[in-house]
Amino acid sequence: MTSIVDSLVKSFSSFNLDIAVLLPVITLIGGTVIFLIMAVNALIAVYFERKISAFMQDRLGPMEVGIFGFKGGKKFWGGIGQTLADAIKLLVKEDILPNNADKFLMILAPFIIFTGAFLTFIGLPFAQNIVISDFNIGIFYIFAMSSIGVIGVILAGWSSNNKWSLYGSMRAAAQIISYEIPIGLSLLLVVLVAGSLHLGDIVQWQADHRWFIFHSPFTFLAFFIFYISTIAETNRTPFDIPEAESELVAGWMTEYSGFRWALFFLSEYANMLIVSIVASIVFLGGWLSPLQIFNIFPDSWLILDGPAIGLFWVLFKAVILIFIMMWFRWTFPRLRVDQLMYLCWKVFIPFALANLFLVSLWELIF
Amino acid sequence: MYQDFLPIIIFTVLAAVLIGVPLGLQYLLSPRKNKGGDKLISYECGELPEGSAWVKFNIRFYVIALVFLIFDVEIVFLFPWAVVFQDLGLLAFIEAFIFVLILVVGFIYVWAKGDLDWVKMNVRYGKGRYANLQSKGETS
Repeated sequence: MTSIVDSLVKSFSSFNLDIAVLLPVITLIGGTVIFLIMAVNALIAVYFERKISAFMQDRLGPMEVGIFGFKGGKKFWGGIGQTLADAIKLLVKEDILPNNADKFLMILAPFIIFTGAFLTFIGLPFAQNIVISDFNIGIFYIFAMSSIGVIGVILAGWSSNNKWSLYGSMRAAAQIISYEIPIGLSLLLVVLVAGSLHLGDIVQWQADHRWFIFHSPFTFLAFFIFYISTIAETNRTPFDIPEAESELVAGWMTEYSGFRWALFFLSEYANMLIVSIVASIVFLGGWLSPLQIFNIFPDSWLILDGPAIGLFWVLFKAVILIFIMMWFRWTFPRLRVDQLMYLCWKVFIPFALANLFLVSLWELIF
Repeated sequence: MYQDFLPIIIFTVLAAVLIGVPLGLQYLLSPRKNKGGDKLISYECGELPEGSAWVKFNIRFYVIALVFLIFDVEIVFLFPWAVVFQDLGLLAFIEAFIFVLILVVGFIYVWAKGDLDWVKMNVRYGKGRYANLQSKGETS
């Protein structure tokens, strides 16, 4: 596994350019591409979230705003320009910072949340060789960087000087840090079995043996603990207590408006993409084709295994996981705070610890 | 090797630029003149806000943060252990078992004290305003 920056540096090295110039330039281009991926991901995900929720509730969803003359109306692609229009609307909104807020921290908070999500993408492989920087501690880096966002959440809630914001941010912080423990313990199992923190090695192990979700009953359980905990970590509905519209207005985002508020949404949808890609790489075989696990297909079909199609498989698995998150939203009612803490501390953590014990025993015996 | 970690610095700077450009665009496009008056008061469902929002809040959050810190440090210690687990075998298993067991004892203690419950329904020595929370019979 080589990173995209390394391979570009290598391919440009024939022009005799100084590496001190070449490397930052290539990284800047990569960063801009990542930002575009985040923006496009948010645009598409918001549109599909609205459409999917509309179809699940037997209504039509957005159907008025078209793009390039495709209005659509009641057709399934109706209102395809809705999120783009929303983004433009947010750009021309008045930027309000309340009088008695801590203005410096209030401006800093969206930046920290956005940076946390943005930096996580550095170590996140989209396919075998499509990664900005190929860390040998990849999974640990992602685990560390994805928890930066909680600092921004606390800052946003505290600096707003609003009771809803403060309470929402404290709930969010308690929830996010609590659910980090089951996530860490579940990832630990995979590291223990694969014997490496490098995401490429973890997928290679799955190519040599089998997908982690099918490896043993404990890793199967670990996948579900991981997945449900990541839904809580990204503050999605059954676990959206910090933002609970019906009780806390909008939680820690109450005082934000315009583009600063849009940054929170951008980061939330980016986090959804991150956790789905991590789940698909770590537990669901990453860029390996699912056709491989059933041996009924002829060998010629395994052309769907190549590195070029790897990007498709990673995104395919991630999109399915994101779809299930949206499905959850319209299936389960919101939990109460005490139920949320009960689920984390008294169900997931004991199970994850027992899982760790049993899987290391399993690895010793087999 | 250090080249792998260079993008972190570059991305942090880039993130500031990528946020700054749309914020500047918003500054140019959005209305600025009609700011003022009641619009800049903290939102409290249409009422005038009562005092500052920087108030005392539930001690629960602190307990959760404290327990989290211990678990998080434990996970950080276990990551290197997990990498070499296959090489060390039984020795690594026993070492980590003792290490985690010490933590689990503390975890059971916190659980038994009821600090993992969001709402503590019983206290052991309820006095004054907490007298009605005095747990009946079995504990005290």
